[in-house]
Amino acid sequence: MDIQNVHPFIIFFAAITTNNILLTNFLGMCSFLAVSKDLKSSLGLGAAVIFVSTFTAPINWLVYHKLLVPYELEYLQYIAFIVVIAAFVQIIEMVIERVSTLLYLTLGIFLPLITVNCAILGCALFLVIRQYSFTQSIAYGLGAGTGWALAIAALAGIRARMEKKSKVIPELEGAGIALVITGIIAMAFIGFSGIVRIN
Amino acid sequence: MNNGPVKGFAALKRMLWEENPVIGQILGICSALAVTNLVKNTLVMCLGLIFTLAMSCFTVSLMRNVIPRRVRMIIQVLIIAAYVIFIKIVLDAFLPEISNELGPYVGLIITNCIVMGRTEGYAMANKPVDSILDGIGAGIGYSLVLLPIAMIREPLGLGSFFGIQVIPADWTKWNMMVIAPSGFFALATYIWIVRAFKSGGEKR
Repeated sequence: MDIQNVHPFIIFFAAITTNNILLTNFLGMCSFLAVSKDLKSSLGLGAAVIFVSTFTAPINWLVYHKLLVPYELEYLQYIAFIVVIAAFVQIIEMVIERVSTLLYLTLGIFLPLITVNCAILGCALFLVIRQYSFTQSIAYGLGAGTGWALAIAALAGIRARMEKKSKVIPELEGAGIALVITGIIAMAFIGFSGIVRIN
Repeated sequence: MNNGPVKGFAALKRMLWEENPVIGQILGICSALAVTNLVKNTLVMCLGLIFTLAMSCFTVSLMRNVIPRRVRMIIQVLIIAAYVIFIKIVLDAFLPEISNELGPYVGLIITNCIVMGRTEGYAMANKPVDSILDGIGAGIGYSLVLLPIAMIREPLGLGSFFGIQVIPADWTKWNMMVIAPSGFFALATYIWIVRAFKSGGEKR
């Protein structure tokens, strides 16, 4: 199937389920494991990731297709993307700080973490590799962010329960058991495969 | 973590085992999971990371006195990105298939937390030579985790090693080993083994 003809909604759905950026592409693992100890911060970080990826994906699309390609500067894509993301995060942080204290307290503290979150950069790289159109890239950004938030919320919920009720082998505590749980969640997500297909 | 007194080869050595960035600090595991289903790709990825780490630690350390503190993060990221672009161009020129298979993961070395962790945590405060050794150490420490995992996943999942068929064709392939979840399980098991070994050593 030609990727250009795929409806953006299908891309959005696939990015959440079959092509979940965390569970199948392993992106954004570092903050995923570090933050998922606490459900509330997980939701905050998840919301911040959805927000940033939804906006940076189309911006990066514009930068790549309207700026880098016409001037044959494709090899600069990494630098361009990372600068776009860093600048976007910085601006948003300043705006949020001015506009709403409440929003700043819930989202603001997570924003610096996002600049180096590989999920956001991965999003930008995937939309170039998979040759999405502009609308598709918005859908993909939104879907990838949502998928990531869903995964971290699931893991945080499970970890919070486990802390109270179950005993873990000391050597496997913390990151080890979090990886095992994530593996099981990833297996559950394989159940989605075949519903929608984007490469 | 105390970064002050560690100099020279001690900086390299501690990264291999005591402070291994993947096992100890759980950093940089995005790529640790994604590329380890083929030994060849893993090797290329490891070499790329060692190169990036060594060179960006060196550069950051050289510039450590002229980088303003407020913008140090973005400068570090730009230095790292420059070396990653270099790797990408070299790979495209000499190993196009592997570059294609690794896809976004070469670019994602930029956001590999190990690199930022070392430049921020060590190179910003230490001399260039020590920083190079520290970077190389962290890179090798990373490879020491990735390569064994890849060496288990590829033969079991595809029956091959380094692209060469090593297990007879009538072997039932464990498809499980090449898809995503096994990456999580393999890394978790590896961390478990290493930690058990470490804590066992401490008790004795």
